Amino acid sequence: MSVTSGLFYFFSAILLFAAFRVVTARNPVHAVLFLVLTFFQASLIWMLLKAEFLSLSLILVYVGAVMVLFLFVVMMLDINLESVRQGFWKHFPIAAVVGVFIIFEMSAVLMGGFRVTDDPAIVNNVTAGASNTRELGKLLYTYYIYPLEVAAAILLVGMIAAIALTLRERKDSKAVKPDDQVRVKAKDRLVVLKVTPTQPALAVETVTETSAENKA
Amino acid sequence: MTLTLGHFLSLGAMLFALSVVGIFLNRKNLIVLLMAIELMLLAVNTNFVAFSHYLGDLHGQIFVFFILTVAAAESAIGLAILVLLFRNKSNINVDELDSLKG
Repeated sequence: MSVTSGLFYFFSAILLFAAFRVVTARNPVHAVLFLVLTFFQASLIWMLLKAEFLSLSLILVYVGAVMVLFLFVVMMLDINLESVRQGFWKHFPIAAVVGVFIIFEMSAVLMGGFRVTDDPAIVNNVTAGASNTRELGKLLYTYYIYPLEVAAAILLVGMIAAIALTLRERKDSKAVKPDDQVRVKAKDRLVVLKVTPTQPALAVETVTETSAENKA
Repeated sequence: MTLTLGHFLSLGAMLFALSVVGIFLNRKNLIVLLMAIELMLLAVNTNFVAFSHYLGDLHGQIFVFFILTVAAAESAIGLAILVLLFRNKSNINVDELDSLKG
């Protein structure tokens, strides 16, 4: 058994254990931390497959950004564990049956049909003296330039949507709104009324009468 | 015994099955459901990278790149909805999300 095979089995064992702990951990913070471990092991396995750029970007983007976001949200929410864990093992039998079914069926097909080993001709054809990152970049910025732009737009839409969903304006804020200030016209601020110098005596009397009635 | 493509695909299948089991078990906890979806995407990405390596075709890795992008946007919006849900209901129990019943 070569060193690579040993490393593969070692990383796989840790990855499957961590994934199992993600779905069974009682504390959500522990679940997120095990998810970080899972992503680390997956990135090491990708490194075994000579996908260096994706392996490193999985750590930078996923562990560095998305998992930290998960961790923030989990720590921010005050989750009632008892109500969430209620009936946790009730569905375990059917879950185990489905899971074992998936594993056995797919393993039977995959181990039988995909006995492809490392063909040196193919592998050297791709990575002959070139870095994985350079080759990916060449493809990404020529052949896949429009999908790349669409991906950028998706990220922008995702960012705006996340902000718009969680934005909450303070209701008790007394700060003036700059857009209202800019849009204001002079006639909104100062109104010149035509007032006759002397009021008719009758009108004043009715006013005082009505106010007196109101007081009574 | 050298590593074949089947080894990596089987690993992906096991990871996928584990996350399916996780979705069955954590049917009430929305945040663990999101994490199980992340695990499923990781399993699929592992398959893509394995095929890309053994077939000598870099396009598979490009596809993983785009999946990572979409998954990042998805989890950001999912977590935003989760925070909004917690603000309105004070819990994240999936069973109580029944206000849309016709």
